[in-house]
Amino acid sequence: MMQALGEFLVILMILLNLRLMGVSRLGACVQTVAIQALVIGALALLSQPKPGFWTVALVAAATALKAGVLPAMVHRAMRETGVVREIDPLVGYTLSVLIGTGMFVLSLMAARSLQVPSAAGTHWLVSGTLFTMLTGLFLIVARRKAITQVLGFITMENGIYLFGVTFAIHEPWLVQAGVLLDVFAAVFIMGIMVCHINREFDHIDTNRLSDLKD
Amino acid sequence: MTHTYALFHVLLALTASPLLLSLINRVKAFFGGRSGPPLLQPYYDLFKLLRKGAVYSRTTSWVFRAGPVVGLAAALTALVLVPLGNIPALSAFPGDLLLLAYTLGLMRFFTVAAALDTGSAFEGMGASREVQFSALTEVALLTGLAAVAAKVHAVSLSTLSSQVWAGGLAWEGGATVLLASGALLVVLLAENARIPFDDPNTHLELTMIHEVMILDTGGVDLALIEYATAIKFWVLSALLVSIALPLRTTVPALNLALGLGAMLILGVVVGCIESMMARLRLVRVPQLIVAAGVLSLLAFIMAVG
Amino acid sequence: MIWALILIPAVCGILAFPLASDRLRRTLLVTAALAHFALVLAAWQIPLPFNAATGWLTVDAMSLLFLSICSGLFLAASLYAIDYLKRSPKAPIRDYLEGFQFGNRPEGIFIGCLLLFLAAMTAVIVSNHMGILWVAVEATTLTSAPLIYYHRHHRSLEAAWKYLLICSVGIALALLGNFFLAVATTAGPGQEHSLLLPELVKNAAGLSPTWLKAAFMLILVGYGTKMGLAPMHTWLPDAHSESPSLVSALLSGALLNCAFLAILRMQTVLVAAGMGDFGRNMLILFGLVSMGWAAMLLISLTDYKRMLAYSSVEHMGILAVGIGLGGTAAAGAMLHVLNHSLTKAALFLVAGNILAVYRSKNVNDARGLLGILRVSGVLWLAGILSITGSPPFGLFISELMILKGALAGGRWAVAGCYLAALFVAFAAIAWAGMRMAYGRPDTLPIQSKPYAESVLSVAVPATLLVGVLVLGLWMPLPLWRLVKAAAATLGGGF
Repeated sequence: MMQALGEFLVILMILLNLRLMGVSRLGACVQTVAIQALVIGALALLSQPKPGFWTVALVAAATALKAGVLPAMVHRAMRETGVVREIDPLVGYTLSVLIGTGMFVLSLMAARSLQVPSAAGTHWLVSGTLFTMLTGLFLIVARRKAITQVLGFITMENGIYLFGVTFAIHEPWLVQAGVLLDVFAAVFIMGIMVCHINREFDHIDTNRLSDLKD
Repeated sequence: MTHTYALFHVLLALTASPLLLSLINRVKAFFGGRSGPPLLQPYYDLFKLLRKGAVYSRTTSWVFRAGPVVGLAAALTALVLVPLGNIPALSAFPGDLLLLAYTLGLMRFFTVAAALDTGSAFEGMGASREVQFSALTEVALLTGLAAVAAKVHAVSLSTLSSQVWAGGLAWEGGATVLLASGALLVVLLAENARIPFDDPNTHLELTMIHEVMILDTGGVDLALIEYATAIKFWVLSALLVSIALPLRTTVPALNLALGLGAMLILGVVVGCIESMMARLRLVRVPQLIVAAGVLSLLAFIMAVG
Repeated sequence: MIWALILIPAVCGILAFPLASDRLRRTLLVTAALAHFALVLAAWQIPLPFNAATGWLTVDAMSLLFLSICSGLFLAASLYAIDYLKRSPKAPIRDYLEGFQFGNRPEGIFIGCLLLFLAAMTAVIVSNHMGILWVAVEATTLTSAPLIYYHRHHRSLEAAWKYLLICSVGIALALLGNFFLAVATTAGPGQEHSLLLPELVKNAAGLSPTWLKAAFMLILVGYGTKMGLAPMHTWLPDAHSESPSLVSALLSGALLNCAFLAILRMQTVLVAAGMGDFGRNMLILFGLVSMGWAAMLLISLTDYKRMLAYSSVEHMGILAVGIGLGGTAAAGAMLHVLNHSLTKAALFLVAGNILAVYRSKNVNDARGLLGILRVSGVLWLAGILSITGSPPFGLFISELMILKGALAGGRWAVAGCYLAALFVAFAAIAWAGMRMAYGRPDTLPIQSKPYAESVLSVAVPATLLVGVLVLGLWMPLPLWRLVKAAAATLGGGF
């Protein structure tokens, strides 16, 4: 039963990633990232055979932060800059979804060659986390708007976090708290910078940030 | 024994398929706060059309007259091949899912050919759109069916639909089948020219895809085409229900009842979708169909991997 | 004591934010830097290694070397900062390149972030746990991004954005590497090990090879982004050229070293697991690519701050090659860390002086240094000679040691590429540097009499360059012992 629920959540996560790659409205992207954080929190709790108090507390705090606070910060940046859609990305949306499927196949192959030693999760979980990370990286590389790049960064951290919580379960909670704080601070600073970029340049198209070059 | 139920299913489809379409219209009317046309309206329309004559343009040839006939024949062939839940099809053999896809393709081909035969610009436009979108939907349909077939190791539709959900609700291939069903729902809407791909009630020719191809047909030909459309909708709905319905029993009569009930629910669902969405812009239609294709591909990867 | 090393700058940094008086803030900065430096000097007297926080923080040979460099450079930068901040006008400044007006960031944030930056770098150097190391490296990125955006105009904002994004992505990859490492430890017979470095080294034989290799690659690419190895170095030229000179000095001289240390820690684990050769080959590959890439890009560069930045990329490549060769070359690389940091910091500080007077970053415009800025001109020339590896400066010794290691190991191809890249870089930098030192600044509206230079702005780089000169002529024994001990942990025998 737990196995089926876990698989269902992994499939949901994969679908969320595909949605992230194929949607141009930034509001929908932020919503997807928030739901992704919830799914990842649920998966993290499911993968522990007997979660201790600190683990549950930390996962709850992380989920609250990533599903509530970070999307709120991105929304604020969106309001200040007035950007609603990513209209002209570097890689078009249909092509992005197809590339996403290709990346999923890649992550499946990678998960197969890296045999996970513990029985903490199915190999779907490993490929799901790798796919989430690749999605984040793809968003950073293939999109112009700075806000989408921040969302890509959050997605990437989500994937890495899920991998960490499910497989490196003996990571002490101090380190996990440190990781969480770092991600939070990074997004905070990025949010401030996006607003500054908008004020300076009147746009947040990072492809046009090309004054500095050799 | 099961053959009698299959025969019963085919007879039911032949008589009741226009009823399914009118159920959708009633649901849409309900959403619009109207009472809608009577449930038997499609039959009245068919009888009316059968009594009328047709006018054929001088630019048309035998293709134009053959189009509706071949279309109906192909739809009937597809009806004979499709199962409903645990009830097998009237004619089942290994590989019949390919034949099903290709009879639907044959029907589409002749409709398009007949449209092009008229030499009119409107029909040509509709033909080009239809062919472009169906190139994508066929991929989604075949991949989705292949995913389910790979999961249950069956190549005949009837075996496939009886093996699916064989372990009850907790069957481990449930995820694959759910993904494939999502894709098949999109294919159902696309192939039958429902919203969000095509508005069956529009009168603006430049926005039509399917309706505009039959703009110049009248009389008996139009009756044949309308009837074939209803049968095609029934076929694809039955396919979707066979794959997605998780309730299977051993009593054939109960299976038939469950299958028909599921078809009615599917009709209501399609009606709701039609009422809640607007038609997509034409540039977004391929994106949605590709998304369905990706879902089927995902289902296929999950089935094989 | 280790706690004091981290906490003193951290607390002072947080205190600096709300302080209103400029004088108080600057004294706080210098006091904290002096206290930090004093503590580090005291650490030289204590026998190594010593721990804190139940072994999570440690000061061993490598840590002490890097810590001394970091602390010394910060002290130099903070002394220079007093002069720099005094010189910065409060009114909006006119940009020389594009003519718009811009302001500067509030000084409180600048000094606060500087001190927090020092605290984060110290944490990186003394951490003995891969997880804490990661947290600290990310903290350095976060505290240094506002420093780059000190001059508030669009070029520095662009540089700061690229820096933040590229480094965060790289460090996220390093986090994944950390997790892969954690999975590698569970491959043993049902035991769970922590990521404490001594434990990793002790149980290294039981680590799963595939996961360990994957972890090393991810950590190399991830922290290599922060270190400035090509092809992940794209943030470096922009960030170094747009930030204030003392920030560039700290970034080049201290931050890149911290990232390097992180990679070195991972390499010790690999060596203990018997896969040191894999790690070394990867390091040589990335090192040679960095050197070659930087040498190519140095050839027709006209911006002297970008030139210094690419030179940093090249020297990071040299460090990677040195560690990759092992043995004598590893010891040379450890020495090179010290020499390069001192020289590069001095060069950036002098570049700051030049920029303040000439207000142009173009090599063709900022000419005639020896005539107009007498002391800075001499220092510039000395720095150029030093960074290109000319004797009698210390870089010559360390680069020669690395070359010796390559030749002794029979790695002719590596030695050949190494020499070729060094030669090209020498030609490019020397051409630009000489051009700036001599000639006349005909294109700029500045006076032709020599400027009076403030004491602090030249004393600080002068001390650093004298240090490099001394190291080129004489090797103090404690330093040599430290370098040898550091190189010994990296395998390859010395």
